[in-house]
Amino acid sequence: MRYLIIAISSFFCIETHAGVVLSIEQVADGIYVHQGKHEWPDHKNHGAIANIGFIVGERCVAVIDTGGNPEEGKSLKRAIAKTTGKPICYVINTHVHPDHIFGNIAFKEPGTQFVGHHKLARAMAARGQFYIDKAEDQIGMALSAEHIIPPDIEVEKTLLLDLGGRELLLTAHPTAHTDNDLSIYDQKTDTLWLGDLFFIGHLPTLDGSLKGWLAELMELERKSFKQVIPGHGPVVTDWPKSLEPQKRYLGTLLTEIRKMIRNGKFIEDAIEQVGYEFKGEWLLFDEFHKKNVTAAFAELEWED
Amino acid sequence: MINKIIEALCLALIANGALAAEDESAWTSQLKDQFFAGRTITESDAVIDLDAPYRAEDPALVPLKIISKIPQTNDKYIKKILVLVDKNPFPYVGEFEFTPDSGKADLAMRVRVNTYSFVRAIAETNDGKLYMSKKFVKASGGCSAPIGADLDAAMKRLGKAKFRLSDNIKPGEANEAQLFISHPNITGMQMDQVTRFVKKSHFVNRVNVSFNDKPILTAKTDIAISADPNFRFYFIPEKNGILKAEFTDISCQSPTSRANCKAGQSFTETLAIKP
Ligand SMILES: [Zn+2]
Repeated sequence: MRYLIIAISSFFCIETHAGVVLSIEQVADGIYVHQGKHEWPDHKNHGAIANIGFIVGERCVAVIDTGGNPEEGKSLKRAIAKTTGKPICYVINTHVHPDHIFGNIAFKEPGTQFVGHHKLARAMAARGQFYIDKAEDQIGMALSAEHIIPPDIEVEKTLLLDLGGRELLLTAHPTAHTDNDLSIYDQKTDTLWLGDLFFIGHLPTLDGSLKGWLAELMELERKSFKQVIPGHGPVVTDWPKSLEPQKRYLGTLLTEIRKMIRNGKFIEDAIEQVGYEFKGEWLLFDEFHKKNVTAAFAELEWED
Repeated sequence: MINKIIEALCLALIANGALAAEDESAWTSQLKDQFFAGRTITESDAVIDLDAPYRAEDPALVPLKIISKIPQTNDKYIKKILVLVDKNPFPYVGEFEFTPDSGKADLAMRVRVNTYSFVRAIAETNDGKLYMSKKFVKASGGCSAPIGADLDAAMKRLGKAKFRLSDNIKPGEANEAQLFISHPNITGMQMDQVTRFVKKSHFVNRVNVSFNDKPILTAKTDIAISADPNFRFYFIPEKNGILKAEFTDISCQSPTSRANCKAGQSFTETLAIKP
């Protein structure tokens, strides 16, 4: 019985006191990524499901997303300390979702600046309390207001961050996955960190604008990159080919839902009927698909 | 020793979480008295039947449908339906008044559901009797929140409205109409710690629909209505006429008190009906 309980209470709780070092992989010179598992945030994974990592310059380090809970943030910090002696000058949040921001607190110290889309703070203000209230029930973590850390530096359109011998180009995107998506381009290695603008394997989740997202993807697929890092899934080297499944899924939502609206169908009809051919193609389909259709329908019915 | 403490902590966390019990305490201890002190309510789906998804896939937009089981006649009709989400920070979703001219007191709308909660609809018939239908809705969690996804897009369209009806309107019968209102319906819920963005609640508080100036649907609404309020209802067009929606918005200091509010704008949308 005791073993069962320990197993249920998950590796995370057991390992916490040992000072866990997050597993990371160097995907390009100086770019380190921890690849999250495609799981629903729960009491076992404590919301630690997203890709997070860091980029090392000659002068300092930029963290990109901090994980789904404070402990994951701490274990990422340990991984950084093990990799380099350089200080952390920036923590960049790619967007507001809890699996990307709830490790922020591990990095809050003098000398480290938080960076985000200019609409990130507003999204944090509007959603933060809800995320905190749900955290205990959903991921088994008691969180509070101190865990919501808005950016010190806001990106209006683009911003160059100098890590010493290495410049990161940050781009604030128009509403797509959320209304506060920020991507990071490393010129040195031609690597684009896209956050949740890009999903592989894990069903893309729509929390912004379907039309806006498809428009951003059209822009992005015209460009070439040596590597692209998604918010969920493996790092890819075949851009834009690896974007195809996501484009197909989102594109189908757009055409099918438009058709239903034109035919006088209601939102409940679309939720039950649209997009089920993709069920076998994506993980967490059952968890997120209906939400995607709901959000897309509400957006598209205002088209003229 | 430390091992033991951490283990105990983890267990406490697990025991605390995932409490999705079908709890009616908010209704029995507060809401019932607040809205229906001293009155008898029959729990039954024989007058109205509330349909809600068991799982709120998107907490910002949960489609609700109320199906009426009695026709709207001059002798007997459903006069009013109150909708509540027990566990929302402000449980009152709205009150919807119907007339015999509504034809059918069916109503579909979209609401915000913050957490595991009963959603309930209480109908009052013109003889003063009360009937309640309820459904338990599981909040879905995940990454979304019970607010709109694109506030700026919604602000830009604020006040726009449109009707939609089927192409072949049947004269003299109850026909379904859908009213779309574009409004961000801002809840005013937010973290004071991130104070740069203080936004008071700002929402559609009244919706009056009439056909040839006869009331069809008269609604008082609140922040639990999803962004871009959307209602489906019935009316009986005997002859050509004007379907008209008039709605107003309001702004309140607190998301959960209506003591200090300021009236906002009024909007009108009309549609010529030729059955
Ligand atoms: Zn996300």
